[in-house]
Amino acid sequence: MWIYEKKLEYPISIKRSNPKLAKIIIEQYGGPDGELAASMRYLSQKFTMVTPEARALLNDIGTEELAHLEMIGAMVTQLTQNATRKEIMDAGLDPNYVNHGLAIYPQSAAGIPWTASYIQSKGDPVSDLYEDMAAEEKARSTYEYLIDLMDDPDVIEPLRFLREREIVHTQRFGEALRYVKEYFDSKRMFY
Amino acid sequence: MNRKELLEKISRLDFLATDLHLYLDTHPHDKDIIEKYNIIVNEANQFRRKYEENFGPLCSYRSPSDPNEWTWKDDPFPWSAEFAKNPCNCKEGVR
Repeated sequence: MWIYEKKLEYPISIKRSNPKLAKIIIEQYGGPDGELAASMRYLSQKFTMVTPEARALLNDIGTEELAHLEMIGAMVTQLTQNATRKEIMDAGLDPNYVNHGLAIYPQSAAGIPWTASYIQSKGDPVSDLYEDMAAEEKARSTYEYLIDLMDDPDVIEPLRFLREREIVHTQRFGEALRYVKEYFDSKRMFY
Repeated sequence: MNRKELLEKISRLDFLATDLHLYLDTHPHDKDIIEKYNIIVNEANQFRRKYEENFGPLCSYRSPSDPNEWTWKDDPFPWSAEFAKNPCNCKEGVR
């Protein structure tokens, strides 16, 4: 099970409302390489993972991704809080507003709702771990594109933190993959 | 230590624990890091207890409540902008 702790993994405190930034940051909430996809991918794959290292990692990284999902939700919330009609219109957030108001909805920056087809859970440990490493790299790229477009340090700092976490996760999945390969290469005795 | 400093201290220690936890998943025989991990987790728990005694519960299902008042619902949740300023409905000192 999970225990909720009333704090963020990394604090989010955005002083200036900016719906334009919120509109693109939602990509990492419900986009194809976002945090919801990441957590669902790992937390689904964990049930059939064979080696102890990779099984623990899927559980623990999947858990950390839930904390990242909350950070992104907090950023979008704070960037849209007290947004004026004009700000919403100027940011092009009006099509989102008519459907969701200022609620957080799992969708990409282009407004495509989150779908399970963004993720794979293959039951083959090698396939799953390669998928996971690719997913972490794609998330890293997305964070870099986001940082390119940001102009508020209150937003950039947490995005940089999240980008660095993707790099650590790729490294750990790579190490877990080595264990999986050793497991398949190991000699089996049949009697 | 005031509330803000305590929360920052806990967050820093918890982050170290998170990162070392992942490292240990793939380096389970690194005894030096296990030792560091244990020190960090114990230290974080001490600060967490201190925080909760003064400023209310941090964890659902694990932190005891003030016997006279269920403050969990009223203290700001961490996604709000108010949280960074004052995560409990208390003065900078004690509730």
